[in-house]
Amino acid sequence: MFKGILKDQSVQTSIGVIFILLIFGSFILPEWMSNNFMYGMSRGLAVLGLMILWRTNLVSFGHALYYGFGAYAVALCQKFFGVTDILLRLLIAVAAAGLLGFALGFILRKYREIFFAMLSLAFSMVLYGLLAKAEFLGSTDGMSISPSTFFGTELGRIALFNFIGLVVILAIIFAQAYLRSSLGHLTTAIQDNEIRVEYLGYSVEKAIHIKYVISACLAGGAGGLMAASLGQVDPDSMVLWSVSGELVFVTIMSGLGNILAPFIGAVIFEFIRTYAFEWAPQAWQMIIGGTLLAIIFFSPGGLWSLFQKLNFLRKKNNE
Amino acid sequence: MNNNFILQTKDLQKSFSGIIAAENINISVKEGEIIGIIGANGAGKTVFVNMITGYLKPTSGKIHFLGNDITGIKPREATHIGVCRSFQVSQVFMTMTVKQNLMIAMSLSKKKGGQLLLPLEDEKLSKECDKILDLYKIKKQGDLIVSTLSQGMRKLLDIAMAVVGNPKVLLLDEPTSGVSVEEKFGIMDIVISALKKSGTTVLFVEHDMEIVERYVDRVIAFYQGQVICDDTPKKALKNKKVIQYVLGS
Amino acid sequence: MQFLTTVLLDGLVYASYLFIVSLGLTITFGVMKILNVAHGSFYAWGAYLASIAIIYLGENEYNSMFYYFSIFMAAIVAGLFFGFIIERFILRKMYGEDIHLIVLATFGIFWILEDLILIVFGADPLMPYYPAMELGGLEIAGVYQGVYSLTLSGLAVVVAFICWYFLKKTKWGKLLQSVIFDREVSVSMGINVTNVYLITFIIGGMLGALGGAYVAPTISISPGFAIDVVVMSFAVVVIGGMGSVPGALIGSLMVGMIRAFAVHQAPVLELFIIYAVMAIVLIIKPQGLFAPPKPRKI
Repeated sequence: MFKGILKDQSVQTSIGVIFILLIFGSFILPEWMSNNFMYGMSRGLAVLGLMILWRTNLVSFGHALYYGFGAYAVALCQKFFGVTDILLRLLIAVAAAGLLGFALGFILRKYREIFFAMLSLAFSMVLYGLLAKAEFLGSTDGMSISPSTFFGTELGRIALFNFIGLVVILAIIFAQAYLRSSLGHLTTAIQDNEIRVEYLGYSVEKAIHIKYVISACLAGGAGGLMAASLGQVDPDSMVLWSVSGELVFVTIMSGLGNILAPFIGAVIFEFIRTYAFEWAPQAWQMIIGGTLLAIIFFSPGGLWSLFQKLNFLRKKNNE
Repeated sequence: MNNNFILQTKDLQKSFSGIIAAENINISVKEGEIIGIIGANGAGKTVFVNMITGYLKPTSGKIHFLGNDITGIKPREATHIGVCRSFQVSQVFMTMTVKQNLMIAMSLSKKKGGQLLLPLEDEKLSKECDKILDLYKIKKQGDLIVSTLSQGMRKLLDIAMAVVGNPKVLLLDEPTSGVSVEEKFGIMDIVISALKKSGTTVLFVEHDMEIVERYVDRVIAFYQGQVICDDTPKKALKNKKVIQYVLGS
Repeated sequence: MQFLTTVLLDGLVYASYLFIVSLGLTITFGVMKILNVAHGSFYAWGAYLASIAIIYLGENEYNSMFYYFSIFMAAIVAGLFFGFIIERFILRKMYGEDIHLIVLATFGIFWILEDLILIVFGADPLMPYYPAMELGGLEIAGVYQGVYSLTLSGLAVVVAFICWYFLKKTKWGKLLQSVIFDREVSVSMGINVTNVYLITFIIGGMLGALGGAYVAPTISISPGFAIDVVVMSFAVVVIGGMGSVPGALIGSLMVGMIRAFAVHQAPVLELFIIYAVMAIVLIIKPQGLFAPPKPRKI
């Protein structure tokens, strides 16, 4: 599966970009900027998951379910088992979300279009309803997360930042290996023609289920890392439907064209949010909503297609 | 059921909310036979193909394949046991290239699951794929997106995708409709000779009697959901009922 | 007995305003195939406009008839103004696009209108309690209930009746149903679908705003209060069947009663149970309990 993956051009670009980012973030950039990169990269994992789903034209309006589930899994394991190791936290978040995705996948794999979106929404709101009222989980105040450790030593902010960068690189390698495989291409094929896929002897539902679990794992990992870097989990900013909407928004903003796009999109989103909040605390949602409409109208392929257009123009000028 | 036959149907019937689309269909097919299915539009040919390949579930009756009851199986199960098909309206992946289409079909047909995890653009697979595209004379179009192709080209791709699964029984639904007059014999020569070599049993729905006469061992004629003639092409095409109800003269 | 009455009354009041709001949402979806997240903005704007008017009227001790007039005016103004702008300048350019993209666009609009509220009305909560206070309360089977809340149920019945009469008995209603059933055929029959869409969206918006405006005197209005209503009315519409008017009625009654029961019996499950019902309905009957018929297309 991973044969020759490091020779893949978009994987090489991604690794390069993220390494540069890690160096800048660790040594040069001010704290608030590298924080934005850190949050952006973490949430980018969830966006990557949505992008993978979207390639089969499935849009989940409830992906915060896995994002929040991963985050709360980290919180609960700290509360009950005292787990603070960052590697364990990541594994727990991914595994918890993956298991939940596997279970719900048996139902969701039969759904398409708006029904898929609505059922995902319903599931995520079920979790929200539980968390918002569960007093032992802090209700709407949520729970705080203690700083992460790595084999016993406490992890500083910069170390966590680098850890997240490495996780992102691994996720990109894995996702690209999946997308370029026959199984990954099958998902575009499913979007084109489900009947044919069945007649080629493969179960459409199974292919979608696999994809769904991958997507859930990525979102869970994002939630786990986000919990560790924010030091806090709560239902309103991690499970509510508007969080799912935000993730879908970042997906459309990034575009489906490239494996690195979700992370660029998520980082840009963090910056827009920080700046908008700074400049116009009363109108930051308006700025984000306006950005969303502008992207839908003027660049339906997302930011990535803008990059490609720029590249194209540059090549033309050179000729 | 007789095991000498690869495919047998017994009193197959299909009705859609009371309207009968096919009934009393009793057909036995020997291994390696090439059979032409003819009939006017709406005579029940495609319904028959759809029932055999699991797209439609028969209302009553049985279908046996190699002595096993396969009535009402799912399309992908039909493919697994070796009953494959092409479609009247080509069912291909419109937004992908010709080569990607065929390579997906090829990697799904490999019995070992591992192929699915290999890159689609695998070198070995790519070479095999080129050979097949060459055989069907669509190699030049290999890198074109399917939606830009002509109907005839899509048809060929559709058939090629069905054939790469190495079926035991292949059902082709109007393989030459939409293919240009000059090309149709050339293409059918390629397809039929390849299938004969591998001993594949073929049933194809066809409107073009020239094609029927040239390639088939046996003709089955449908009229209003029933089989009205099951004979050698020479005799069938002279059959009174066939002339009246199918050939329309 | 008293418990049952409480639950029934609370559930009825809650169902009434959910019905008015969800009716707007389901009509918009039925005709235009748009899931309008910004429907919550209509609700919020209706509530804010009505609150401002009611507080002004109340402080200056106007005749109480003006309260009700201002409530309906708030609904009409909010629906007309935002409905026209949103449909004409944004949604109209998107018909035929991927349905998910349209949902996202309305989500963007929702964000924008949320902040517009903050800018126009500020962050302080408004409490336009005058009409509710004036009507007082009465005792039904030992349970005290605000009269104003009960008139809400009356309004819901009137709205339901008008809607039924319009759809079943008027030429316009039949026209609308033919657009719901099959857009392409309606176009070829010479129906001006563009106008039908615009009017539908405005009426849908007015209903959302009416729900907000009428409920305003019973609650405290602050920014962000519409966020729950969006997804709650989604639940109603999904349970009843997207695009179905009787579905919206049954859906809101179900959600209203279930919520009232949970609030009094097991407050911890209040939100959980509503969405659990939504999920279960989607699992058992994905089209909803009262799915409108679909044309067979081959």
